[in-house]
Amino acid sequence: MAGKEVIITRPEDRSDLVVRLKEAQRRYGYVPEEVMAALAESLTIPIHEVYGVASFYSFLSTRPLGRNVIRVCKSLPCYLKSAEMIMQAVEKELGIGPGETTPDGRFTFELTNCIGLCDHAPAMLINQDPHVDLTPKKIKQVLGAYK
Amino acid sequence: MPQQRVVLKNCDVIDPKRIDSYLEKDGFKALAKVRHEMAPEQVTGEIKASGLRGRGGAGFPCGIKWEGARTAPGENKYVIGNADEGEVGTFKDRYILEKDPFTLIEGMLIAGYAIGAGQGYIYLRAEYHYLLDHLQNAIEQVKQKGLMDGFGLEIREGTGAYICGEESALMDSIEGKRSEARYRPPFPTTSGLWGQPTIINNVETLMNIPPIILNGAGWFSQIGTERSKGTKVFSVSGDVERPGVYEMVLGSPLRELVEGLAMAKNVRLVQIGGATGRLLPYAQMDTPLAFEAVLGAGAVTVYNQSRDVIDIVRRTMEFLAEESCGKCTPCRQGTEVMVEILDKFQKGEGSRKEMQNLEDLSSAMMLSSLCGLGQAAPNAVMDSLQHFRDDYEKRVAK
Repeated sequence: MAGKEVIITRPEDRSDLVVRLKEAQRRYGYVPEEVMAALAESLTIPIHEVYGVASFYSFLSTRPLGRNVIRVCKSLPCYLKSAEMIMQAVEKELGIGPGETTPDGRFTFELTNCIGLCDHAPAMLINQDPHVDLTPKKIKQVLGAYK
Repeated sequence: MPQQRVVLKNCDVIDPKRIDSYLEKDGFKALAKVRHEMAPEQVTGEIKASGLRGRGGAGFPCGIKWEGARTAPGENKYVIGNADEGEVGTFKDRYILEKDPFTLIEGMLIAGYAIGAGQGYIYLRAEYHYLLDHLQNAIEQVKQKGLMDGFGLEIREGTGAYICGEESALMDSIEGKRSEARYRPPFPTTSGLWGQPTIINNVETLMNIPPIILNGAGWFSQIGTERSKGTKVFSVSGDVERPGVYEMVLGSPLRELVEGLAMAKNVRLVQIGGATGRLLPYAQMDTPLAFEAVLGAGAVTVYNQSRDVIDIVRRTMEFLAEESCGKCTPCRQGTEVMVEILDKFQKGEGSRKEMQNLEDLSSAMMLSSLCGLGQAAPNAVMDSLQHFRDDYEKRVAK
C-alpha cells in the first residue's frame, strides 16, 4: 500500500464511502489511488465507482494539494465587492494562480462558489476557517498565519 | 407590512451555547406539548392547518410532506434537516445555526415524533465546518437534559456540492454516493434515505415548527398572505449599505426590504432566489415577497446602475454549469451551451439567432430537466431577455 495506511471498512458500510474518502483527504491532503483501490476492495464495489465519488465533490481531490487550501469565493455577491482584487492579492503574495500549488507545498489556491458569507463579502476559506471583509492589504497577514 | 420575528425570535436573545437560556424562553415546551398532549396525526394536522410551506425554495406544503411520511409503511423513518444552503447569496441558515441551534433541534424532534422516525440527520454543508462543534455542543446539551427520548440525531457533513441542497441528491450523498438527483416518483416521503420514508426540511422550515405548535395553527395562518403564511428570512447582499439577515412577514414589498432595511440606492435590478432565482428590474420593486410572486430560498442580491446585466447572467450560468450534477442531458449540456452563448454576447459577438437559441434552450431545459436545478437554471436568461432585451441587442455583432 506504498506506506499508506488502509482505511478499513466492510461491504455493508457502503454508506461510509464519502466519510472514508474525507478521512483520506484529511490525512494525506488528497485521496491517493491506493486508498481508492483499498476502499473498492473492502466495499466490494468497482474502483471506478470510488473514483466517481472522489472526483465528484469539490472538497475531495484526487491530486495532491498543499498543506493549506485557500478558497476565494468568486460568486456574484463577492464579485460585486471586488473579489477579483483579493484573487490578485493572493496571486501576488504567493506567485501562483488559481488551481496551482506553491512549490514548497504550503498553499493551494482555488476559487470556489458561494460559501455563504455574502454579508461579509469579499470572503474566503482557508482550510475550514472563514476570512471575511477582506481587503488586498489584509491578505499578507491572513496568509502569514498558515505555515 | 412590518418585520416580525418568528424564526429569529431567539437570535441575540438566548446564549446559543447554553441550553438553559433557551429553556428560559419557552424552549422545548412545544416538544413537551406534542409528546404529552398530541397524537402524531394531530401534529401533522396542526402543521397542515398552519399553511407552512417549505423555506428551501420549492415551497412544498410542509404538513402534506409530513403526513405522507407518517402514513407511509416503513420500519425506519428519517428526518433530515437540510443545512446545505448553497444557493448563491444565501446565508440565513448560517446565521440561524450560529444564533439558535436549539429551536432547530426541537423542530426536528417534533418532526420525528410526528412521522414516527427514530433517527435524524442535520446535513451541514462542508463550507460551514466551523459550525460543527457549535452544533454538536447543542445536540449534546439536549441529550444531557434527557430530551431525546430515544431519537438519534447526528450531523452529516457535506463535501462541497451545490446539488446536495436538492433533496434527492442530498440523500444520495448521505448514502455515500455521487450526489445526483433521483427520478421521482417514488418521492422521499415513501422511499427516501436507504429506501425508507424520509422527510427533508430546510433549517428555516423546521425553525417554524415549535412556535406553530405552541401558538397554534390559527395564530400562524393569520400572518402573511392567502397562499404564503408566516414570515420569511432573507439574506440580502450586493450593492446595499446594510447587507444582512432580515425576517419579514410574507407578502411584504421587495422595496421595503431592499431600500428600506438594507438601504440600497440607485438599484438597477434585484436577483431573488440566487442562481436559480428571478431577475426583477427596478420597475418591479413593489412586487410582494411571497410564493405566489417571487421568493426562492430568500436570497436577495442587489445590483446598482453600474452593473452589466449580461455579466450577471453569464456568471449565474457559469455557476450552474459548474454545479450541475451531470446526470441529465438538458441540464448538463444546456447550462454549458448557455455559457458559450452568453460569452459571445459579452464580447459583443452575439446575434439575433443566438437570442432565439437561448429562448428555445430555456424551454427545453425547463420541460425536460430531472430536478429543480436544471428546470430553474434558465430563469435569469429568460428574465433578462424579457426585461433587459436592449442589453442583448447592443451586443449583437454589427
